[in-house]
Amino acid sequence: MKDESFADRRSFLRRSIAIVPAATAFGAGGLTGATLAQPSMANAPPPAVTAGPPYTPVYFNATEWTFVQAAVARLIPSDDAGPGAIEAGVPEFIDRQMEGSFGHAATWYMQGPFVEVSPLFGYQKKMPPREVYRAGIAATDAYCRKQYADKGFAQLTAAQQDEVLTGLEAGTVTLEGVGAKDFFGFLLQNTKEGYFSDPIHGGNKNAAAWKMIGFPGARADYADWVDRPGVKYNLPPVSISGPQG
Amino acid sequence: MANIKKPRVDAVLVGFGWTGAIMGMELTSAGLQVLALERGENRDTQPDFAYPRITDELSYGIRGKLFQNLSRETVTIRHTPAEIAVPYRQLASFLPGDGVGGAGVHWNGHHWRPLPSDLRIRSTYEERYGKKFIPEGMTIQDFGVSYEELEPHFDQFEKICGTSGKAGNIGGKIQAGGNPFEGARANEFPLPPLASVNSAKLFEKAARELGYHPFPQAAANASRAYTNPHGAQLGPCNFCGFCERYGCYMYSKASPQTTLLPVLMKRPNFELRTRSHVLRVNMSPDGKRATGVTYVDAEGNEVEQPADLVVLCAYQFHNVRLLMLSNIGKRYDPATGEGVIGRNYAYQLNGGASLFFDKEQPMNPFVGAGASGSVIDDFDGDNFDHGPLGFVGGATINSINTGGRPIQQMSLPPGAPNWGAGWKRAVKDNYLYMASVGSQGSVMAYRDNYLDLDPTYKDVHGQPLLRMTFDWKANDLAMTQFIGTKVEQIAKAMGPKQMKMNFQKPDAHYDVRFYQSTHNTGGAPMGTDPKTSAVNRFLQVWDVPNVFVMGASAFPQNFGYNPTGMVGALAYWSAKAIREQYLKNPGALA
Repeated sequence: MKDESFADRRSFLRRSIAIVPAATAFGAGGLTGATLAQPSMANAPPPAVTAGPPYTPVYFNATEWTFVQAAVARLIPSDDAGPGAIEAGVPEFIDRQMEGSFGHAATWYMQGPFVEVSPLFGYQKKMPPREVYRAGIAATDAYCRKQYADKGFAQLTAAQQDEVLTGLEAGTVTLEGVGAKDFFGFLLQNTKEGYFSDPIHGGNKNAAAWKMIGFPGARADYADWVDRPGVKYNLPPVSISGPQG
Repeated sequence: MANIKKPRVDAVLVGFGWTGAIMGMELTSAGLQVLALERGENRDTQPDFAYPRITDELSYGIRGKLFQNLSRETVTIRHTPAEIAVPYRQLASFLPGDGVGGAGVHWNGHHWRPLPSDLRIRSTYEERYGKKFIPEGMTIQDFGVSYEELEPHFDQFEKICGTSGKAGNIGGKIQAGGNPFEGARANEFPLPPLASVNSAKLFEKAARELGYHPFPQAAANASRAYTNPHGAQLGPCNFCGFCERYGCYMYSKASPQTTLLPVLMKRPNFELRTRSHVLRVNMSPDGKRATGVTYVDAEGNEVEQPADLVVLCAYQFHNVRLLMLSNIGKRYDPATGEGVIGRNYAYQLNGGASLFFDKEQPMNPFVGAGASGSVIDDFDGDNFDHGPLGFVGGATINSINTGGRPIQQMSLPPGAPNWGAGWKRAVKDNYLYMASVGSQGSVMAYRDNYLDLDPTYKDVHGQPLLRMTFDWKANDLAMTQFIGTKVEQIAKAMGPKQMKMNFQKPDAHYDVRFYQSTHNTGGAPMGTDPKTSAVNRFLQVWDVPNVFVMGASAFPQNFGYNPTGMVGALAYWSAKAIREQYLKNPGALA
């Protein structure tokens, strides 16, 4: 399936990355996901979702917001293959999740005592995800300053950021007051959720991640497609809120 | 908090999913005044499962909008009796339901009957392989009810559901295209099988060429428009790909809402009270009869509800816990092996292969239905010779495509990174081309896999949580290793360009962090001996004749099938005994 609008967006991204070094663009806070995404929306065919003002985080403070953008930009980078986490609006998604039931662990059993056991029994700590993010961001930044000449995570090069993220994932980097694997686990899970969930949740802007992989989203009506072996489905995705540009 | 006492009813049902709805229909038909108490909300196709909101993977599939809210109540889990159990804090390994319809709203609709030999498993193995074949510590036992006795009720429940399938054995005559291993059925399925999706076609061909016996998965997803014996109507499934974890917006998946409630809710001798959480069954001073139940209503009032007959219709865990909280029956003690409440908890041991095809073979994985696919029964139950293999049990092997929801159902080839540019490239290159072969395996019962009450953790009402002591055992791990070789053989024959196997290793321990199965069983096993069963073969509590316990808590061990077909049939079997025997002479049934 040839998707012209997608090719347009890719060339836009190449241009924008050429102008601003990636680590600065995605890490500096001033250039937010929303401002990055706007021109690509303007390029797209009749947009059903109009670009609103740049997203202002509700839960994360300015430092945390810079961190989140820098981190998700490494977890799902922007390149020729398709949208990165920034254009997909993943930071907005995560901020909204922090304010919702997930961030508050509202449907988790959160009564003590909190016992240290084998990881096979799942996350057993007292901190709900929003507190894990807050503590995890501060501790990761503190770790980076110690390891990388007083630079916070967002100021590191892409290669250094990947090194830190790999260390958090493997547990070879230990953080003060919060489990590195717990923090990284929530961050990666939420990044992928924001990338692939319906655009109504703030991520997957213009259903661009769905377009990249070929998932039709909320179409949910495929009786005609059951018996067509060897034929690739050919309709673009729709969101719960309607068609996506 | 006020204390309220309500007027007496003939029968009170605790929980209002499949078995509550079936009992509601059967007991109101018998003329009883019936009250159902459901702790969750009322839910119906409109507005709760309506399009397009139901296609929200994040809210339903990942955050679990329709599932039990663990902040109110959960279970605790440990591997051995020597360990401290910790709460199952986040939903993962299993997904119990909540609200009207229960897990009957968000199941996939795989509709099975157990094999005749599954229901007399100990006798079968002892007869075929000798008594010594069953290992020390394995406490499997016969169900106490035969396939032949249940056949009319399997049939009845399939007709209620409008199940789509192909019979393999009608009256002892093997039918081409069906499951040749199944027990004899009186009738063909009410509807023809669902159409076959791309991946299932490949599985079917590969399995047949290897000499196995593939057949279409029997699906409680209607393949055609259907009107069931109660007059409830189902519409044809459109392969929307949002089945398990979701309610059906098409009125295609059989659920209490689509098959029974349209009739039951109109009956004048039926009442439903939602947001009513039952704390305990109340007992007469001598402990020999139940006098009703006490529940907490939505406002927090404690309500006493007198009833002549109490039927526990909640999920397996809750039924077992309620028996314990009400001091009904003798608690199981793993040290002595005595006692029955909490005995023989079991689960399922599944595995699978992820397959990735080349660009000429798009799978369009989002084209799926909960039970659309092809399956073999060749290595399940006692359909193959266990003698040289040395383990008890087996598994069904299938290729069923329930959908291609990208957060939950994305799988990647071996070596693909977990994040970064390589991950993105891998999801882009593989999503449209992925398929799977899965196995659903039995788990036997063991002396030290059991349920009791946790000494530390409590629910929102201050009552102790149920504690699960459970780990994989060598017998079942040997089973899944063997099944893995068969899955690999079939998957390779399907011709993928890459594949990835995912089976538990021989030294694996139960890991609650990943979804495995919501087929938790046992804890109130049925049987013919009150020393080893909590309920008799009619699901009546041995010691308390006016309490009946429905559901998979009655399974003495677990087989390689989805439980709902058996759970539905058992409810009809029990209801028939109540109507034809118990109501005439309310005492212990023989």
